[in-house]
Amino acid sequence: MIRVILPTHLWRLAGTQREIEIEVAGTPTLEKVLDEIEARYPPLKGTIRDHVTKERRAFIRFFISGEDWSHEPPDTPLPEVIASGQEPLRIIGALAGG
Amino acid sequence: MSKVRVLVGTKKGGFILTSDEERKQWDVQGPLFAGWEVYHMQASPANPDRLYAAPSTGWFGQVIQRSDDGGKTWEPVGNEFVYDGETGTHQWYDGTQHPWDFTRVWVLEPSPSDPDTLFAGVEDAALFKSTDGGTTWQELPALREAKGHLWQPGAGGMCLHKIVLDPGNPDRIFTAISAAGAFRSDDGGQSWKPVTNGLKSEWELPDATAEVGHCVHNIALHPSRPDVLYMQKHWDVMRSDDAGDNWYEVSGNLPSDFGFPIAVHAHEPETIYVIPIKSDSEHYPPEGKLRVYRSRTGGNEWEALTNGLPQENCFHNILRTAMAVDTLDSCGIYFGTTGGQVYASADSGDHWMPIVSDLPKVLSVEVQVVP
Repeated sequence: MIRVILPTHLWRLAGTQREIEIEVAGTPTLEKVLDEIEARYPPLKGTIRDHVTKERRAFIRFFISGEDWSHEPPDTPLPEVIASGQEPLRIIGALAGG
Repeated sequence: MSKVRVLVGTKKGGFILTSDEERKQWDVQGPLFAGWEVYHMQASPANPDRLYAAPSTGWFGQVIQRSDDGGKTWEPVGNEFVYDGETGTHQWYDGTQHPWDFTRVWVLEPSPSDPDTLFAGVEDAALFKSTDGGTTWQELPALREAKGHLWQPGAGGMCLHKIVLDPGNPDRIFTAISAAGAFRSDDGGQSWKPVTNGLKSEWELPDATAEVGHCVHNIALHPSRPDVLYMQKHWDVMRSDDAGDNWYEVSGNLPSDFGFPIAVHAHEPETIYVIPIKSDSEHYPPEGKLRVYRSRTGGNEWEALTNGLPQENCFHNILRTAMAVDTLDSCGIYFGTTGGQVYASADSGDHWMPIVSDLPKVLSVEVQVVP
């Protein structure tokens, strides 16, 4: 079980809670986690990463244990604290005022 | 008794303002999609309870929301706007070429006859169509072939901000793009041509009468006379009597011919409305007086409408999509300001009152009469 914390706009859009729990097959990666989030919550397609290129939207960041994973290749295995559900993957809208 | 719904898009969500035909007491619903920039909300003429909204943010991109119960509940539908084929480049502010890039939906225009068919105008400028209630979107790419490489962004971005469907001819579509101009299709969007002859932009363009590049802020027509178009350009209020083939200026005695919205009275095709703004850098009413100007002669002769509007120290702007008219016998006029007020007149502009005074910055105002 993998825990993911979504930004307010997105959990409201998806009609869920701030923290969601998902399962992915095999070794979890950012790509697999995002695939599963989009499969379970279709309104989130295109809001975290581009529909076609799958590139992260510019003002979205990913954090694990306080470390910035935004620029890691999407197929990088996620650490055990994520795979085990010990800590959540945080998806955050960049601080940009407004 | 009919009901009037005013659909207001703001910088931080959408609002629905509801009244009866008297239009004196208003119920305010919202914010819908709180925190999202709602560039536009629009109702289907074919099904008054079918509403569409276009919320977006710089963080999370574009969403399209749809309601089938007049805005009580909403569901997100398709938000995949992918340009058709090779997008190429357009002109950037400095004259260099810049890749076409989707940013947001500026305007939604539902079909007059089918609630599941609608068009979307987007930034970077392009026209999309959905025939399944907004679930999927396909671009009509021929528009970008109308010298798209010479289009350039206005201050708000390179946006397709106005779609006008000829109510009597489904093959005829007009679009307006800043800063590219006005365009017309006579075959349902399969081919397009600029309709800009007569426009002059001597302060903005190196060639003042260029075919494309004009910063058209809005266009409007009356359904009974679809060949007569009115335009608020960056500067100049313009009119065409031949579906855009030729334009002539009708700014007349306006205190400033800069502005954003333009609207036509619901029952008087020669009665039109603009809201003059001081200049392209001073986006507020001249002299701090918020005045709607009405012409009953199709332009040139204008009268100031001030009753109920602030006549001192008003320094808000009224954006291009933020004025609308209803179709009740006594035509209602509505507009929203960047200061968060929505003003209404239930008597063609003679008297005004604020419906709400403290919304976020108003981006768009539409109105529908619900039987």
